[in-house]
Amino acid sequence: MEQGNELIVVKNMAKTYKLGDMEVNALRDVSLTINKGDFVAIMGPSGSGKSTFMNIIGCLDYHPAKGEYTLDGVDVFKMNKDQLAELRNKKIGFIFQSFNILARTSAIENVELPMLYNSSVDSKERKERALAALKSVGLAERAGHMPNQLSGGQQQRVAIARSLVNNPLVIMADEPTGNLDTRNSYDIMEIFQDMNDKGITIVMVTHETDIAQFAKSNILFRDGMIVSNEIVKDRKIAKLEIPKLPILDKNDILT
Amino acid sequence: MKILNLLKIAYRSLTKNKLRVLLTMLGIIIGVASVIAMLAIGQGSKQNIQASMASLGINSVMIFPGSSNMGGVRMGAGSYSTLTQKDAEVIAARCDFVTDVTPVVSKSSQIIAGNQNWHANVTGALSQYFSIRNLTIAQGNIYTTTDERTAAKVCVIGQTVSTNLFGAGNNPVGKYIRINSIPFKVIGLLAVKGQNTFGQDQDDVVIAPFATVMKRMLSTLYVNSILASATSEKDIDKVKDQVTTLLRIQHKLTPADQDDFTVRSQADIANTFESISNVLTILLACIASISLIVGGIGIMNIMLVSVTERTREIGIRMAVGAKSRDVLFQFIIESIFISVLGGIIGITLGVIISMLVGKFGGWPVVITPESIILSFAFSSAVGIFFGWYPARKASNLNPIDALRYE
Ligand SMILES: Nc1ncnc2c1ncn2[C@@H]1O[C@H](COP(=O)(O)OP(=O)(O)OP(=O)(O)O)[C@@H](O)[C@H]1O
Ligand SMILES: [Mg+2]
Repeated sequence: MEQGNELIVVKNMAKTYKLGDMEVNALRDVSLTINKGDFVAIMGPSGSGKSTFMNIIGCLDYHPAKGEYTLDGVDVFKMNKDQLAELRNKKIGFIFQSFNILARTSAIENVELPMLYNSSVDSKERKERALAALKSVGLAERAGHMPNQLSGGQQQRVAIARSLVNNPLVIMADEPTGNLDTRNSYDIMEIFQDMNDKGITIVMVTHETDIAQFAKSNILFRDGMIVSNEIVKDRKIAKLEIPKLPILDKNDILT
Repeated sequence: MKILNLLKIAYRSLTKNKLRVLLTMLGIIIGVASVIAMLAIGQGSKQNIQASMASLGINSVMIFPGSSNMGGVRMGAGSYSTLTQKDAEVIAARCDFVTDVTPVVSKSSQIIAGNQNWHANVTGALSQYFSIRNLTIAQGNIYTTTDERTAAKVCVIGQTVSTNLFGAGNNPVGKYIRINSIPFKVIGLLAVKGQNTFGQDQDDVVIAPFATVMKRMLSTLYVNSILASATSEKDIDKVKDQVTTLLRIQHKLTPADQDDFTVRSQADIANTFESISNVLTILLACIASISLIVGGIGIMNIMLVSVTERTREIGIRMAVGAKSRDVLFQFIIESIFISVLGGIIGITLGVIISMLVGKFGGWPVVITPESIILSFAFSSAVGIFFGWYPARKASNLNPIDALRYE
């Protein structure tokens, strides 16, 4: 493995939540390297520490964790809150199971949001890039729609467009298809594979083995530890899988 | 972080939540409007008192019989008989800072003209009385020193008396009235003065030469009061001191005796009433402040109710790269906008309410710039504090905790 190719390097990461007297060892001893261009699916039973791990490597958790974490060559655990915000803005795109897009805010304004916190983008460029991102997830026509006018799958695609818009190095997705049906899930996987083909690294948590089959490698968590890390053998390609799905309603098909 | 982006973020957030913005503003509007209206009413009554005090003659000094600090049962100044015409003459002769002096007697009397009758207070005083009391003549003349010397049966009457005896708009000068059956010739009509602060009609008076009232109507040696005017406002205290010294000698009081008279300047009385009116103003301001605070609590309520939604919103913003201070600035800009707009609407409303009170309530109102600045500053502080406090708490949260906030 080449040195310059490592994007995420985690060494002996451990995390303990304290709830009064009780201590929960959510992560015990996790070491992992993810290279640029990887597409990793993290699996494991509920409570095994997947989300805890994602939140730490996604710089969403300011509370300290033990161990070392390097993202794109920088030591994340040595950064202050503002620097972490900057990292999230420029290098990381986060996608959640519950979409987490702003209510009463149009699709395009949601996608513009990360660029409002990025002072190097002017308003003209912001509009153009937001539209381009929406187009890349197939929602160009829905730019002016409010979240309550969009289906779950469409809302998740708005969230993906938002995560893409600052050209991140890595997309981190915690159960991105957890609230979606198979068709919508596969559509999301198609977008992920496209992005991955363009060089964006993807780390995704999922409970569904068929969704994990779209990734390049699968990591299994159990009790706060990694128990296996395997290359996916018969990797599924979303473009080929979608046509095989049974058609329930013509309107379900993306145009 | 570009200021323009912050403004854009705040603007978008405000337009997305119009109802919340409106409800928040309502608290401020009501608070500001009530403070302005209350202070305008309070201030109005204060200026009203000052104006009517000034119309009584701001330089005047009054001397009443009886001590202001006599123990036991108080009968009120004026019930005692200690002052005489001689006292007034001594003050006029010996007091340096006095321009005019007059003894004053009065008697409540039945007044008849033709088949009309009226009841009024008849005042007997020297002609200086008119200048001391700032009284001006609308028709005719005041009486002369000759009238005084001869105890002439002439009088000057006020507008109310004239209207009741001779009818509105009729010139009473030259006509005769009977006071306690004694015929008097009306030689002057006073200019209208209206009510004083205490609601007394200052036009319901009959003024006649001192000697006339003293000799023809009363049979007493004592006068009700002595009225003097100081050379200027700043000499009032000197006049009071000199008058006290003179009268103590005149009344042969030993150092152990208390004064058997009371010296009051118009300014003393004005001050008393001004402090009463200040208390009133403060009271009104307190009531208004309570409404401001209630408004503030309303704002906090709305902010707290929306905090779940807002906390998640903050979590989302942080997840896509907002720093704590970006979030804080957004909330401060929002709060300032709400407070300022609410304040402006509140000021407008307060001014309108004050003017309506002034117009239909018959109550004088004065809107001062201070009250506007005060209520505006206070409401802004309340609005910004209550709006900003929950946001500050949220912006210090861990992004993932904000995102998961239930
Ligand atoms: N904020 C927290 N405070 C206390 N304990 C927590 C917190 N978050 C997670 N935990 C605990 O840490 C452990 C790991 O939780 P985590 O959310 O990482 O699991 P997970 O693998 O994502 O599970 P799932 O598949 O259900 O999402 C669990 O036992 C959980 O109860
Ligand atoms: Mg989880």
